Amino acid sequence: MIPELGQFALIVALILSVVQGVVPLVGAQTGNRAWVRLAWPAVSGQAVFVFLSFACLVWSFLQNDFSVAYVANNSNSALPTLYRVSATWGAHEGSMLLWVVMLAFWGVAVAARSKHLPEMFAARVIAVLGLISFGFMLFTLMTSNPFDRLIPAAFDGRDLNPLLQDPALAIHPPMLYMGYVGFAVAFSFAIAAMLEGKMDAAWSRWARPWTTIAWVFLTLGIALGSWWAYYELGWGGWWFWDPVENASFMPWLAGTALIHSLAVTEKRGLFKSWTLLLAISAFSLSLLGTFLVRSGVLVSVHAFATDPERGRFILAFLVTVIGGALALYAWRAPLLKSDEGFGKVSKETFLLANNVLLIIALLVVLLGTLFPLFMDAMGGGKYSVGPQYFAAVFVIPTIPLVLLMGFGMHSIWRRDNFSRIARRLRVPMAAAIVLGVALPWMLYGRPSVMTAIGFTAGLWVIGTALFDPVGGLLDKSRKVRVTRGTWGMIVAHFGIGIFILGVTATESYSIHRDQALRIGESIEVSGYKVTFESLKPATGPNFTATEASFVITRNGEHVVSLNPQKRTYRVQRNPMTEAGIDGSLARDLYVALGEPLGGEAWSMRFQYKPLVRLIWLGCIFMGLGGLIAISDKRYRVVVKKENKASGREALAGGTS
Amino acid sequence: MWRSLIPIAVFAVLVWFFNRGLGMDPRIIPSPLIGKPAPEFSLPVLGDRSRQVAMADYRGQVVMVNVWGSWCSGCRAEHQTLLAIAATGEVPIIGLNWKDEDRDAEKWLHDLGNPYQVNLVDVEGRTAINFGVYGAPETFLIDKQGNIIHKFTGPIYWQAWTEELLPLVRQAKEAT
Repeated sequence: MIPELGQFALIVALILSVVQGVVPLVGAQTGNRAWVRLAWPAVSGQAVFVFLSFACLVWSFLQNDFSVAYVANNSNSALPTLYRVSATWGAHEGSMLLWVVMLAFWGVAVAARSKHLPEMFAARVIAVLGLISFGFMLFTLMTSNPFDRLIPAAFDGRDLNPLLQDPALAIHPPMLYMGYVGFAVAFSFAIAAMLEGKMDAAWSRWARPWTTIAWVFLTLGIALGSWWAYYELGWGGWWFWDPVENASFMPWLAGTALIHSLAVTEKRGLFKSWTLLLAISAFSLSLLGTFLVRSGVLVSVHAFATDPERGRFILAFLVTVIGGALALYAWRAPLLKSDEGFGKVSKETFLLANNVLLIIALLVVLLGTLFPLFMDAMGGGKYSVGPQYFAAVFVIPTIPLVLLMGFGMHSIWRRDNFSRIARRLRVPMAAAIVLGVALPWMLYGRPSVMTAIGFTAGLWVIGTALFDPVGGLLDKSRKVRVTRGTWGMIVAHFGIGIFILGVTATESYSIHRDQALRIGESIEVSGYKVTFESLKPATGPNFTATEASFVITRNGEHVVSLNPQKRTYRVQRNPMTEAGIDGSLARDLYVALGEPLGGEAWSMRFQYKPLVRLIWLGCIFMGLGGLIAISDKRYRVVVKKENKASGREALAGGTS
Repeated sequence: MWRSLIPIAVFAVLVWFFNRGLGMDPRIIPSPLIGKPAPEFSLPVLGDRSRQVAMADYRGQVVMVNVWGSWCSGCRAEHQTLLAIAATGEVPIIGLNWKDEDRDAEKWLHDLGNPYQVNLVDVEGRTAINFGVYGAPETFLIDKQGNIIHKFTGPIYWQAWTEELLPLVRQAKEAT
């Protein structure tokens, strides 16, 4: 009964999404107020039924209703309650429903805050969100219905993929989807602006917090996925350039570019059509990711059931949404003229460079991801693009990006000159170069050009981000009022610097040893002595495991005991590696069990990873920066007339 | 004006590629073993571990070797098709039970039906490695001389059998 209720609720939501997508849009085009006012009841009604539908699916999981095919395929009566909830979005069908839930959530959020917006404009935004919802719900109901019954019902379920039975992965998809789907809001703003044929500073001010919050979720979602891969896959890597990872990274790059381009559009009224294109791109790349992941056109380590039927549907959806948006863009963009110019050196120039470099980085990732598909489609044979390509090519645009970042933060609008900025930043510049060369040498030995560049770049970004706040602390007489927007920018850029340090140290100075060990034997790795003490069986709610005990000492002193496991889940039977990790800011020690080699010997992997935690810490700072930026009070001011605030300058030269 | 058409033009090219990509399976990788002798093996029989069966026992016969495991969802998907193929009597199917527990495999055959003439136990997966298997299910056609003539990756479906595998089986049976 409950699953049927869920399906029924989803059908009602589908019908309401048509109302939401069509009536306010027509109302806004024809000036029919009553129709425009229908936006709010339609979006809230749609959301209520979507939430109800989702609740029914969660309920089916909690009740172990194995007469529902999706539940039977992805859960088990022995599965812990937390994972029964997260199993709801553990596979294709449920994750599509989660996507719809997020979209409904964003729709309601926009509608609830639409008092800030002109009525017609808000109606258009909500209508576009409704049309996107319609597409996704239709897709879910037609090709991926999570409520399909299994007759006869299974006695017990086939269990959730053991890889997904993990707290970080329980919340990773919701975070990621909040980000993906959040870009739908910026997309809808762009469509609404093009339909109105008008785009001013107020438009950018409305679009900015929505874009930033989506970006925050995406940043944290990607970081969670990376963190999970690090400790759960048993390889100790933090990023694999897998197509599915790239699918989340490309919208992030476009979203990052959009945030910066929106700053220019708001403050100076420039880059208008470019901003629109980025707003379309960020969401389009989210959709593209969905297509790549679910249609089976690319090979990935991520196990989504792939099905060409679904692929055709998503492709048709893609053509409708993206094609429609780009056609509208082709028609309307030439009307948007930026009348002001800007100096050769100015904040505008730096932000333009930022955008160009981010887009190059995006194209590098896109090309590498789609290359196997291109070659195969043209009969060029089977290719796979390895991490070596990405690692080598990705730094080409990103090194200048981070170097310019420091200057950009301290440049001013309209007209600036380079020697002024350079003079102002001579202290952080000198410090970054000296420390960037010396620090890796002193800490880890084995200096190289790449580590010097990496450390210098990271320290440069940190130094320039903190330059004003630290300067303000040291010199009390310099009273500078710093807006929340600027604070957000400082914190997020500081996060980038931290992230770069983490990546550089981890990539350059990690040590890993794969070795066969018997109980009682030990190995020495960079001063650490790792002793294989014992092996014992262990059990969990739905798995049995072999647990090893390793004692790690340094110079005879006990450092830590680690207990990695090799788990076999009862239902799905594939072995899982639970690494033993001793983490600290300075370094992680990581032990993973490989395979039993007969006798008491096991293959094992030991890793020493310096500063690896800074990678995720940096992402947390980026997210935090975004949150601070959107708390800026100018986003909360109700705007009476849209052109009132255009062209006003922020204090302290902040970009936000 | 035409500058604003660039994005949609780029997108159109991408769509063309995606549409072509949908008709192809990136997982199908041509096996280097096609045309080469199938790897020799001698493995215990499922249900009667004391009996051993070797590749050489099938000289002079066309056989289909199907790699499967009870843990593999794709194998469940193709099982009905395998039963139907077995019912035609065109070609004997030899199961290579890969990295599985005997108990689970026997229960599977008992519950779902047994399309196999014989099932060989490859617990450690060495024979599968020699066949170049990288995921179950995979299916190999082997001719009378013991050469691999075809490899099918992923779950077999009925159309693949009638259009792709069956013609090869018939052709191989007619050859001397």
